[in-house]
Amino acid sequence: MKKRARAMNVFYIPAIILFSVFVIYPLCKGIFLSFTNWNGYSQTYKIVGISNYTRMLTDNNVHRAFINTIIYGVGSTILQNLLGLGLALLLNQKFHGRAVVRTLVYLPVMIAPLIMGYIMYFFFRFNNGALNDVIAIFGREAVDWLADGNRGVTILTLVNSLQFVGISMVIYLAGLQGIPDMYYEAAAIDGVKAGQKFRYITLPLLMPAINSSVTINLIGGLKLFDIIMALTSGGPGYDTHSLSTLVNRTYFGSENAGYASAIGLVSFILIMELSNIVVKAMEKKEVDL
Amino acid sequence: MAEKKKSGLFRWPVILVILLVYCSPFYILTAISFKPATDLSSCWKFSDSPTLENFQTAIEQGGIFAALLHTLLITFVTVFLLVMVGSLAAYPLARNRSKLNIIIKSFILGIMMVPPLSILVPLYSILVDLGGINQYWGIVMILLTFELPQAIFLYTNFIGSIPAALDEAAAIDGCGPIRTFFYIILPQMKSVTASVIILTGIHCWNDYQFSLYILQSSKMRTVTLAISSFFSQTTSNLNAASAAALLAIFPVCLCFLFLQKYFIKGMVDSAVK
Repeated sequence: MKKRARAMNVFYIPAIILFSVFVIYPLCKGIFLSFTNWNGYSQTYKIVGISNYTRMLTDNNVHRAFINTIIYGVGSTILQNLLGLGLALLLNQKFHGRAVVRTLVYLPVMIAPLIMGYIMYFFFRFNNGALNDVIAIFGREAVDWLADGNRGVTILTLVNSLQFVGISMVIYLAGLQGIPDMYYEAAAIDGVKAGQKFRYITLPLLMPAINSSVTINLIGGLKLFDIIMALTSGGPGYDTHSLSTLVNRTYFGSENAGYASAIGLVSFILIMELSNIVVKAMEKKEVDL
Repeated sequence: MAEKKKSGLFRWPVILVILLVYCSPFYILTAISFKPATDLSSCWKFSDSPTLENFQTAIEQGGIFAALLHTLLITFVTVFLLVMVGSLAAYPLARNRSKLNIIIKSFILGIMMVPPLSILVPLYSILVDLGGINQYWGIVMILLTFELPQAIFLYTNFIGSIPAALDEAAAIDGCGPIRTFFYIILPQMKSVTASVIILTGIHCWNDYQFSLYILQSSKMRTVTLAISSFFSQTTSNLNAASAAALLAIFPVCLCFLFLQKYFIKGMVDSAVK
């Protein structure tokens, strides 16, 4: 039986080969390239030591992208989970048309984030933008929504959250439906108020759902790329770049492959570390119950 | 009873806001798509003289149909390979819990967190060396690699729930591992395979970040690439770009409306451990 089990291991060799060629090897090569001044296409390059990394310390664009990445990740996670839980609680009640609402909220999850970004462009553009048309009704002057970096980051976080809130909603709905009615019945007999029911029954029993939803949203938000490319391309200036779009810009825009590798590795470490910290913290909560 | 009525009253304004937020993008996109280029009225209004001109431009100049075809081809091949490679890899990982396999499994799940853009530079240069740029196999291999952890995750969870006694019975009857997999395990995995196809299929269909680098030739454009080049080139004719976007999201939306149950099941399967 043991020999048979070992023979079975052959089955994952194709997967391991793919991961080695397209993940592990690039990662190692990326670490090497981050210590060079390679421009991305020439045959020759020099090893420049840690100068790419020291350069990052004083590069304001990298600082901005670093902070933006965290805002995209953490901001989207908070918004999506609060809204998703609210929607799930609402749609867990029985009323006419709830299936329609559920479908509508989940539908944007299907659409390519890039295309969603372009659709949103019609909302936020200055001339003839949908949002400016609305505020014009209230007699307000048109605003160039995407001309300001901070506002741009907020809008991108919001668009990303609203597009993918359906994922959290569905996870929470599944979680809510997994809570046996008898807990609520028992609480009703004891005369427990609605708020307390939520705090002491719903929330603790939803912990596994909260855990998966937070993890998925956090990783998704930290990797944000397509929507930024479609809506602002990182502009104005470098104000709305995430680390992902900055790598792209540094590599293909400024032909600075060595530096781009270094930024890429920093984003890799940031995303891994932040996700790990959050996953660990959430798991602890789950055990505490 | 009084409490119920109150929550009902409170509910409808909230639902109205949700409907407004989630319908307006589709509404505006449709309104703009049917507008003649000369009509500069608000995008909340439908044109008085609707036209199909924008769709014609999108099809002729934007090459939307060719792009849909390319995307379909890439998605189909990638998902087929994903199901094969993913289910095969999951079998030993679920059944044979040796130390090595536990390490390999956690390593594969770790890959799910790797942001592809962080290794963009070396990945791109490796593909250049292998000659995978502007080749369909290049994009298929990369999509396959980065979607594989998700597929393996779903399959290992599922195979874990199939009784191992079935494998043992097959072994006693003289079935080797390969035959056991294809005759005993694979036929039971229809529902999880549906989840894998749907989840990873959507990712492949909507991919932009990989296609952007690998498919640079305008002859091989996928849907997202066609839309993005349309938007950046024809700034003067955004109505046509909007028509192109509408054509691009139409198949996915239609697919979702008909197969909604499976889409949502797939999502929940992938999230709940």
